[in-house]
Amino acid sequence: MPNLLLNLYKKMYLIREAEAEICREYPKDEMKTPMHMSMGEEAIAVGVLTAIGDKAQVWGTYRSHAIYLARTEDVNGFFAELYGKVTGPGGGKAGSMHLANPDKGVMMTSAVVATSIPLALGAAFSSKILDDDKINVVFFGDGATDEGAFWESVNMACLWQLPVIFVCEDNGLAIHASTAIRRGYKNLTNIMRQYRFQYIQEYDGTDVEKIHNITRSSIKYLESGPVFLSLKYYRYLEHVGVNEDFNSNYRDKNEFLEWYKKDPIKIQKQKLIEAGFKKEVEDVENEVMAQIKTAVDLAKAAPYPEPEELYKGVYDGE
Amino acid sequence: MESRIISYEKAVNEAITQEMTRDDRVFVYGLDVADHKRIVGTTAGLVEKFGPNRCFSTPLSEDSSLGFGIGASATGLVPINIHIRVEFLLLTLNQLVNIGNSLRYGSNGKLSAPLVIIAMIGRGWGQGFQHSKSMQSIFAHIPGLKVIMPSTPYDMKGLMISAIRDNNIVVCLLHRWLYWTEGHVPELPYTIPIGQSRVLREGKDITVVATSWINVEAHDAANVLAKKGISMEIIDPRTISPLDDQTIINSVNKTGHCIIADYDWLNCGFSAEVAARVSNQCFNQLKKPASRIGFAWTPCPTTRPLENLFYPNAVTIIRETEKMLGLSKTDLSNEKFHTYENKFKGPF
Repeated sequence: MPNLLLNLYKKMYLIREAEAEICREYPKDEMKTPMHMSMGEEAIAVGVLTAIGDKAQVWGTYRSHAIYLARTEDVNGFFAELYGKVTGPGGGKAGSMHLANPDKGVMMTSAVVATSIPLALGAAFSSKILDDDKINVVFFGDGATDEGAFWESVNMACLWQLPVIFVCEDNGLAIHASTAIRRGYKNLTNIMRQYRFQYIQEYDGTDVEKIHNITRSSIKYLESGPVFLSLKYYRYLEHVGVNEDFNSNYRDKNEFLEWYKKDPIKIQKQKLIEAGFKKEVEDVENEVMAQIKTAVDLAKAAPYPEPEELYKGVYDGE
Repeated sequence: MESRIISYEKAVNEAITQEMTRDDRVFVYGLDVADHKRIVGTTAGLVEKFGPNRCFSTPLSEDSSLGFGIGASATGLVPINIHIRVEFLLLTLNQLVNIGNSLRYGSNGKLSAPLVIIAMIGRGWGQGFQHSKSMQSIFAHIPGLKVIMPSTPYDMKGLMISAIRDNNIVVCLLHRWLYWTEGHVPELPYTIPIGQSRVLREGKDITVVATSWINVEAHDAANVLAKKGISMEIIDPRTISPLDDQTIINSVNKTGHCIIADYDWLNCGFSAEVAARVSNQCFNQLKKPASRIGFAWTPCPTTRPLENLFYPNAVTIIRETEKMLGLSKTDLSNEKFHTYENKFKGPF
């Protein structure tokens, strides 16, 4: 178990520090791609994806730094893609908003809200028909629950009892609009209970171990049909960009300070230290920081795609 | 190859059935594909032969259904998504234009979407604003999509089989009236390459580039004008994207005259694309500027007299040809044209 706890911490620390590095480097304008930062949601990506493990086929959104690193731990490819280099998993064509690496389980991420949800359903159908051992999981924000594609997909997944995990990463905000000014109903989870999900769980916390365990217990229900997890977190930074925006009047910094008391990385570190793993934590942190430095150095040194790359990959068979 | 005369509708059904027999990854889904009408017969027998996992109707959720198909195609299956009207396909534009078309590009070539979309287009019987269009220019505008519009049963079967075997998204736009046409079709499976235009009729005086149903009209027009000694060459691009323009250019360089009769609106459309390429490649051979025929620049009216004016037909082509070649107006009062307006007795 200590290995698991340390592993969970390591992945969250990697995500947090990789993004901290982005915050430092972004003003140099070498990463020319709009950043939608994951800071605050690390426990969700790491908890869910560690629980599913190598079978996970992940479908996500433009806010997928955490998901990408949690699933792949491919920090070199991650930075190369952000720097627009040919060594990135998308050869630089995808950037931050479309991070994907199908060979390592991140299938695709979309910057039009809710639109990757139906793809996860199709992949779940494939898994069922082909009888493979993939587990399809789709991440989306609470903003996606305003979209038609969300409701269509919930209906189809429950109608056809598809083996897919819906993960609503609920930060209470769609861009700058709170759920309160967007919803004509009281409670999403209550509505989801009217659908034929096999398992529904709502969790309003930041404990990665708890999210890991919720996900673990949900997996067995996939044999019968879909699973819905609603996991709350707080978005630390602005909708797009690497800065705070507490002066913008749509939210109060005190909200952040409340959530920060239970920052997922902070509490996991505390747990590990209390359990006597101070040394291990330090080693992991050093290892991660070295990984990030190497990744950034490699990304900066890597070449941009050659001009002929522009036309490659539009059609298969060309 | 052994061939017999069958309908276009039967050719669609045969292509799908044979491909589903060959490859058990192929499945058919969409609104009402498994109901008692079976998309005017094109999906007949599929549920019975292949079971409900390989031919099933969906909720009225076109957008997510198409996304479902993209996800399934990216992970090992070959979906055929059928829309009984192209207008319903417009609900899926986000999935087609934002997701499907860039799946391969965005994954650095790792993912493909071998997805086939079949949509019925064009004129029926008083179909009004929303069951009457073609929209090929919209889909052909998007890199990453392929668009086919076969106009004969033979081309239909060969191109449909190619579409199913293609590892890209192929949008197949099939005109409602063509389902009734008949022609020689080999019984065994065969393919026609996507991206090859076809010379449907050879001629030397004028080139008519025609899409979908309007090939039938162009054929009638050519027969009438032949009596006056005018020899019309008809080119059916068959594939809208990627377009084989060389066949068109060769023809126009030969005839020096070009009419593009597109089954769509003209503005920013496929006809404009062909006209641009012709003017660019055949400038010195053109004796007159290329001209275009298409839908009236209005929504499609329901009432028959106005509907008749909305859609171009053989007479439109004859009059345009006469104008281009400086001929007097042919007396058409005794001509009988190929028309299906009255074959329809409603409701669909």
